[in-house]
Amino acid sequence: MVIQEALFWFLTVMAIVCALGVILSRNPISSVLFLIATFFAISGHYILLNAQFLGIVNIIVYAGAIMVLFLFVIMLMNLNADTEPQKNRLIQFAGVISGGILFLVVLAAMRTVGGTAVDHTTTDIGLIKNLGKVLFTQYVLPFEISSVLFLSAMIGAIVIGKKE
Amino acid sequence: MMLLQMDVAFIIEKLILITIILFGSLGIAMYATWGERKVAAIMQDRKGPSRAGPFGLLQPLADGVKLFMKEEIIPDSSTRFLFILGPCLAMLTALLTSAVVPWGPDFQLAGRTVSLQVADINIGILFIFGVLSVGVYGVMLGGWASNNKFSLLSSIRAASQAISYELAMGLSLIAVIMMTGTLSLREIVAQQHGFWDGGFTWIAFRQPIGFLVFLICTFAELNRAPFDLAEAESELNMGFHQEYSSMKLGFYLFAEYINLFVSSVILSTLFFGGYNFPFMDAVQGAVPEWLFVIICVMVLLTKAVGFILFFMFVRWTLPRFRYDQLMKLGWKTLIPIALINMVITGIVVLARMK
Repeated sequence: MVIQEALFWFLTVMAIVCALGVILSRNPISSVLFLIATFFAISGHYILLNAQFLGIVNIIVYAGAIMVLFLFVIMLMNLNADTEPQKNRLIQFAGVISGGILFLVVLAAMRTVGGTAVDHTTTDIGLIKNLGKVLFTQYVLPFEISSVLFLSAMIGAIVIGKKE
Repeated sequence: MMLLQMDVAFIIEKLILITIILFGSLGIAMYATWGERKVAAIMQDRKGPSRAGPFGLLQPLADGVKLFMKEEIIPDSSTRFLFILGPCLAMLTALLTSAVVPWGPDFQLAGRTVSLQVADINIGILFIFGVLSVGVYGVMLGGWASNNKFSLLSSIRAASQAISYELAMGLSLIAVIMMTGTLSLREIVAQQHGFWDGGFTWIAFRQPIGFLVFLICTFAELNRAPFDLAEAESELNMGFHQEYSSMKLGFYLFAEYINLFVSSVILSTLFFGGYNFPFMDAVQGAVPEWLFVIICVMVLLTKAVGFILFFMFVRWTLPRFRYDQLMKLGWKTLIPIALINMVITGIVVLARMK
C-alpha cells in the first residue's frame, strides 16, 4: 500500500504542477508539452486504479494523436510577440466570470459526490474485457449515439474545410 | 511494503533479461547499419565497407567512435532543452517497445518458471501503439527546436505521415485481435503454435490482407524508403536532424535501426508465429529443454533478420513516393482496404461462433 500511496501522491503533484504549467507558461509550445505531461500523470492514475486499458488509450488518443495535431498548428504559427493579438478587456472579464461559474458548478457537483472514497484495489471495470461488455450491453445506446455524433462532427469538419 | 514482498529472484531475473534484450537490440541495430551498407553495395555492384576488419565487420564500431569524437554543436537560436530532449525521446521510445515481446517459451530453472518476456501486460498491442504514438515527439521536438525551416518541414512531414499510417495499422490489427480474441502478445504467439493444425496457425496466412496493410504501414512508420519523405535529401537537405551533430545525431540514426529491428520482431511475433516453427513438438521431445529454448529464440531472431533484409531490399529497389501519393495511398487505399478486411473478418468470426 505504501508504494501505491507514494505513487499516487507523486502522480497527483505531477498532474497539478503540469496543469498549472499549461496555463502559466508564456510559450505555447511549452504549454502543449506540459499538457502532454499532465496526460501522462492522469494515465498513471488510471493504471493505479487497475484500468490499464483506459490509461493506454488516454496516451494513444490524447498524448499521441490530438496533442501532435496541436503541436503541428502551433509550430506552423509565427510566434513573435508583436503578432500576438491584443487581448480585449471585456473578453478577459467575461472569461473570469464564466470560469468562476464553471468552478462553482464543479464544486457543487463535487460536494454531492464527496465522501465515498474510490476503492482502488478490487475494481477491475477498467480492464478491457469488462469495459467492452459494459459498453456493449448496458450502455450500448449512448455508446452508439456518441459514435454517430463523432461521425457527424467529422463530416461537418470536412464540409467546412472543403474549398468551394 | 509491496517492493519488499516482491521476490528478489524475480527482480534479478527481469534485470538480467532486460540487460540482455537491451544490449542484444543495440548490437543487432549496430550490425543492421553494416548490413544495410553491404546490401546496398551488393545491389549496386560495389564492395561496400571492407577496410575495417574482415568484410568491414568493425565498421559499426568505427562509425560509433567517429560520432562520439565529433564536436558537440548546439545552435544558438535553438530551444536548448527541447533540442536535447528530441534525440533522447527517439532513443527511449525505440527501446521501450521490446518490453512486451515474448522472446521464447517459458522454461524451468532451479524450480521456478522463467518467462522470456519482460512484462506480460494484457494489453500488449496497445502498449506498442502507445509507444509508437509518443515516438513521434522525438522527431517533432527535434525538428522544431533546431529552428531551421528544413528541419521543421521534415519533422512535420514525418509526424503527419506517422499519424496517417497509424490509423490503417490499427485497423489492420483489429482484424487480428478479433481472430485471436486477445490483446496480449504472449497469447497471440501461443495461438500460433506449430505451423499446421489442419489449417495454417500463423496469422499471416489466415489474414494475408491485414498482413500486407500492416507491412506497408510499418514501412511508413519507420520512415524508410519508399516512404522516407522526411529525409528527402533533394528537397529538404538532410531532414529533421540537419542541425544535429555528434552523438545526438547518432541517437537519431541509431534509434531508426533499433526501430527497424523491433518492428521486424513485432511483425514476426504478430503475423509469423513468433518463436513457433514447424514440427516444434517433435523437436521439443527430442532435445533437452535449454536447447529447445535457444532454438526458439534463434527462430524468432531468424525471422526478424529476414524482415530486416526485406526492408533493406525494398529500400534499395524502389524510388521514393511523392508526398501527395503517400497521403493518397494511406487515406484512400489502405484505410478502406483495412476496413473491409475488418468487416469480413468480423463476419467470418461470427459465422464460426454460431
